[in-house]
Amino acid sequence: MSVVTIEKKVLQKNDEVAQQNRLLFASYGIFAVNLVSSPGSGKTSVLEKIIHYLKEKIKIAVVEGDVQTDLDAQRIAKLGVPVVQIVTNGGCHLEAKLVQDAIANIDLRDIKILMIENVGNLVCPAGYDLGEAMKVVVASTTEGDDKPLKYPAMFRNASILVINKVDLVRYVNCDLQQLKKNALQINPNLKVFETSCTTNAGIAEWSEWLLSMVT
Amino acid sequence: MHELSIAQNILDIVDESVKTSGFVKSIKLRIGMLANVVPDSLEFCFTAITKGTQLERTKLKIETINIVVHCSHCGSDSIIENVLFRCDCCGSTDVEIISGGELEIVEIEINDELQEPA
Repeated sequence: MSVVTIEKKVLQKNDEVAQQNRLLFASYGIFAVNLVSSPGSGKTSVLEKIIHYLKEKIKIAVVEGDVQTDLDAQRIAKLGVPVVQIVTNGGCHLEAKLVQDAIANIDLRDIKILMIENVGNLVCPAGYDLGEAMKVVVASTTEGDDKPLKYPAMFRNASILVINKVDLVRYVNCDLQQLKKNALQINPNLKVFETSCTTNAGIAEWSEWLLSMVT
Repeated sequence: MHELSIAQNILDIVDESVKTSGFVKSIKLRIGMLANVVPDSLEFCFTAITKGTQLERTKLKIETINIVVHCSHCGSDSIIENVLFRCDCCGSTDVEIISGGELEIVEIEINDELQEPA
């Protein structure tokens, strides 16, 4: 009987490709964001709003990740920014290689912000580095205020929390202060924005913050 | 079902690391409580993808690792059980996670004398 010492990260290959992506983004001066949330929190709607706000100021590109369909890419394409859809065919998260292959289809020159919209899922995407500068987690008021406590890894790994659908808070069983408190208990360093894609509340503030990262 | 892709990653690393005709008896893994990996699901997926291969009878030995934080305020380490990342000693939330995110292959046990048992 013999024992072979391995001592390797299981996701080492993903981490290596993520690092290649990170170096590529750095070489073009691109700020890459990994946008994560549960399904239906409004990631794509928030994305549409910030593109609308920012597209005259800087060049933005988008990678869309979904289990099926290119519906989201169609929505983004209407705004006139470069977009590539990744269809995972059942895969519950994006991996660095999928992103690497997707961005090969985008002319990265002059792009300042790359938004990577992950598959809607608060579990698996937390563990996969895509080469992003930061993870942004979107949590909507309609999901309730307990999500940060139920999915701590995601909220701990994120740098920004966007609380979306704040216009609906009075209609649903969600305490906005409690939601923020729960998120900050998991991650005291989270920066929080509150948005509504119906009233446009908070969109300018969140977009300006993104802009400040690249100008 | 990301345990399936994790099982595939484990299989790939074992294939690359071990060039042996011996029987791989076990693969020892270290999995942190923050890694979002369910050991039972991983074992199920590993069994499924190794069926009919050389690793069909290989066992996964999974060591579960607690979430431990180091307090920047008072310097003590605490095991976190309730996922509120706070120092047990002084209550500070200014803590750094020092373990709990592991997802690692530690070692592989090979039975050199025996080929895969019939």
